[in-house]
Amino acid sequence: MSGFLQLEDLSKQFDGVVAVDHLSLTLQKGEMLALLGPSGSGKTTTLRLLAGFEVPDAGRVIVEQDDVTGVEPVARRFGMVFQHYALFPHLNVGQNVAFGLESLGVRGEELARRVAAALGLVDLAGFEHRRIGQLSGGQQQRVALARALGPEPRVLLLDEPLSNLDPALRERTRRELRELIHRVGITTVFVTHEQDEAFDLGDRVAVLRAGRLEQVGTPEDLYALPANEFVAEFVGRSSSIGVTVLGPGERGMRVGVEGVEWELTDGATPRLPPGPALMVVRPEALRLLQPAPGAIVGQVTQRRFIGTASLFTILTDGGATLEVSGPPRSVSPGDRVGVMPSRRAGGGIHLFPSRPK
Amino acid sequence: MTSVANRAAATGWVLLIFLAWLIAYPLVLVLIEGFRGSHGWTLEYVNLFLQRRNEAQALWGSLWISVVTVALAAVIGVPLAYLFWRYDFPGRRLLGGLVALPAVLPPLVGVIAFLFLYGESGFTSLLVQWLFRLEEPPWRLQGAAAILLVHAYSMYVYFYLFTRAGLASLDGAVFEAAASLGAGRWRTLRRVVFPLLYPALGGGALLTFMTSLASFSAPYIFGGGFRVMTTQIVATRLNGDDQLAMIETTSLTLLALVALWLLRGAREAENPAGGRKGVPPALVPVRSRWLRLALMLLGWVLALVLLLPHLTLLLVSFVPAGTWTTEPLPPAYTWRNYLTLIEDPVRARPLLNSLWLATAATVAAVGIALVAGILSVRRRVLGRTAIQGLLALPWAVPGTVFAIALATAFSVREPLAGRFILVGTLWLLPLAYLVRNLPITSRAVVAGLRALDPSLEEAAASLGAARWRTLRRVTLPLLRPALVAGSSLAFVTAFGDFVTSIMLYTYDTRPISLEILSSLRQSDVGVAAAYGVVLMAVSAAVFAVGADQGSAG
Ligand SMILES: Nc1ncnc2c1ncn2[C@@H]1O[C@H](COP(=O)(O)OP(=O)(O)OP(=O)(O)O)[C@@H](O)[C@H]1O
Ligand SMILES: [Mg+2]
Repeated sequence: MSGFLQLEDLSKQFDGVVAVDHLSLTLQKGEMLALLGPSGSGKTTTLRLLAGFEVPDAGRVIVEQDDVTGVEPVARRFGMVFQHYALFPHLNVGQNVAFGLESLGVRGEELARRVAAALGLVDLAGFEHRRIGQLSGGQQQRVALARALGPEPRVLLLDEPLSNLDPALRERTRRELRELIHRVGITTVFVTHEQDEAFDLGDRVAVLRAGRLEQVGTPEDLYALPANEFVAEFVGRSSSIGVTVLGPGERGMRVGVEGVEWELTDGATPRLPPGPALMVVRPEALRLLQPAPGAIVGQVTQRRFIGTASLFTILTDGGATLEVSGPPRSVSPGDRVGVMPSRRAGGGIHLFPSRPK
Repeated sequence: MTSVANRAAATGWVLLIFLAWLIAYPLVLVLIEGFRGSHGWTLEYVNLFLQRRNEAQALWGSLWISVVTVALAAVIGVPLAYLFWRYDFPGRRLLGGLVALPAVLPPLVGVIAFLFLYGESGFTSLLVQWLFRLEEPPWRLQGAAAILLVHAYSMYVYFYLFTRAGLASLDGAVFEAAASLGAGRWRTLRRVVFPLLYPALGGGALLTFMTSLASFSAPYIFGGGFRVMTTQIVATRLNGDDQLAMIETTSLTLLALVALWLLRGAREAENPAGGRKGVPPALVPVRSRWLRLALMLLGWVLALVLLLPHLTLLLVSFVPAGTWTTEPLPPAYTWRNYLTLIEDPVRARPLLNSLWLATAATVAAVGIALVAGILSVRRRVLGRTAIQGLLALPWAVPGTVFAIALATAFSVREPLAGRFILVGTLWLLPLAYLVRNLPITSRAVVAGLRALDPSLEEAAASLGAARWRTLRRVTLPLLRPALVAGSSLAFVTAFGDFVTSIMLYTYDTRPISLEILSSLRQSDVGVAAAYGVVLMAVSAAVFAVGADQGSAG
């Protein structure tokens, strides 16, 4: 399969620390890919390999069938928005945006026109003569975007583009950013460590851990069909509990958990051989009821209100901690409750081979 | 007003009056004396000054030497800093440190090292003479060219250090942003890096200009017939034309103040982005093998050239008196010169003198700077601008000027006018060192206090610590790096001082620098060099301690 932008088996070490480990990804033209992962997982390094600021130890970067692995950043025509924007403080807004266009030899009227167009794109028309220091954080972010988009790069790279904005602004800017990038139709890779951001902005999301690609897919896929325990736990809320796989039943997989037997109707659950396994559960895939046969029994230790529902933390008698969502005031801390799979669990319960000790 | 605030205000006034008396008053007296003849006010000396061609020439000499020095120092220092602090290649660290070495060479020591190295009877000259069997020395190290050579060697360090600091304060992503926008190396340098370094370069230019304007050792030893204002003043005073010397002094002061005013932007310039975000730029590894090799080679050649004066001094310090005449290398070596410094009480005296003078001046300067700093940064007393301005003044005014000013102010006994006879006593020289040290120490203290979060002191107070305890347990320990850095710089300056010493010393306070000069006059080069080595070694050691402690905060 050949896409617009391909990362082929990229690897990069720093003094023996593996930052990126045999990473392969393919993007279609106009696609927006989020790189998501915990701190130190190699997101920034991947982006810098794409931009050409780092040279991979192995692997290739291909754009439009064109191998750019050894091409200097200057010649790559990849636009980049830096985490702290890296706007040139001694140039005004217009000069910043003009900088990349001048590299392409654009001059005079044409230059002014294209600078104005780029600024118009980010809703900063007429800001040409403002000084960088006079702009708000959100405006600086947009200038950085206009500057990167001005030369019409082949690929747009964004390193935690919203991390420098305060939370209230972040949501709005995220929406604007999504609209803008879709309007421009540019192939985009962006780094984030926030799942909300990845899900909201990315057409697809690539989850990294320790430099390795754990899974790549649409947000829906990642949530409903996590490839492994790490993805299941990292993406979305979940809690996990040790179980014993008993074998297939009439409607689904039968598991033994804390002395009771559940039959998981969930089609997503991969078939595992009988034996110990780890069950990862979304809060909405469980429900609370009175202690009853067939339910795991435990005590409510915490209640957190999150708008339409509450999240209850249950310490089971077997010593596991489960997070279960339910109607806001159904139970209170201290109550003894039973936990059962909810009837419409669709995609919320996953079985994985148990962790090697 | 509380009693605490009252006390601070009172201390502030006392300090202000003291500083005005010590720093501003002598300068005012110099200004006045130039207009006073035996029969009252007169313009006689101003006219004399304006009529003599050599006065204008000396002033002009000071000016153009300083301008050219700035240019030379920039041309050497900026590329070096860029090379060593932007690119990475084997040996970079060591070489990058060596390049800053001329900073530990006190001006007079640097000058005599150059004399031994490049002078008409120095190593290179003798070598050339011997190689080509010449009758005469191939060149004479004299005049403006010689002064510029020494200046360029000793002052490029300012540009080097300022550029280095400027580079380190940039956001590394700026380089990458330029590259991702398609700007090549030159365009990035011209459009992005240089403009961002302007404040740092301005700072380097100002410091170089002021240092060069005040430079005395190089023109004194190498000037020959070529006079700059500092040497002119000393010559005029030696002639006994005291009033004319006052006018000259005033003219040099005015030149310095005008330069400071013209370049004031350089001192005030701040990072336009208001501080760095992001991370400092990473060094760019040089990948090409040949380029790495070439850079390494260049680095070592450079290091050798820069080290030559130090090595020369060391070598000459082992030469027995009268044994080295025309051979390219001295024929005999001995420890004698060093032993003399220790054993001969007359020879040892200047060492001890310089030690106690510099120590006393530094301790006093740190004390005054601390009180002034706390009063003006923390207590924000009335008149704090004046206090800090007075403390900074000796930086802008050449050492020669202050020497004359102090010698003038304290040559008569008029207690009511605040004048006492200190000329010819032990006290004048340490006082002069103190004045010259005040800008260094007070700048360090103020910078240290500004960087110190006041809430730390407030926290101590809220924990019930009394004012003194807060000062002793919180403020001073946290200020230590700044204090150590400032006082080591001050000590080294005073320890190697020549400019003020030559005008104010007495037999009992004669410092090392004067002894170097007199040994040189008696053709006792070995002893002169040995003094130089001691001066250099102590300066380097104190610097090293300062840098070490200063960074360990
Ligand atoms: N220039 C470098 N030199 C040495 N090690 C590096 C360098 N850059 C990254 N690393 C290491 O590589 C690993 C991946 O780092 P990277 O910055 O790509 O992670 P990240 O996913 O962006 O993390 P974060 O979310 O904290 O920004 C880390 O272990 C990091 O310490
Ligand atoms: Mg990162």
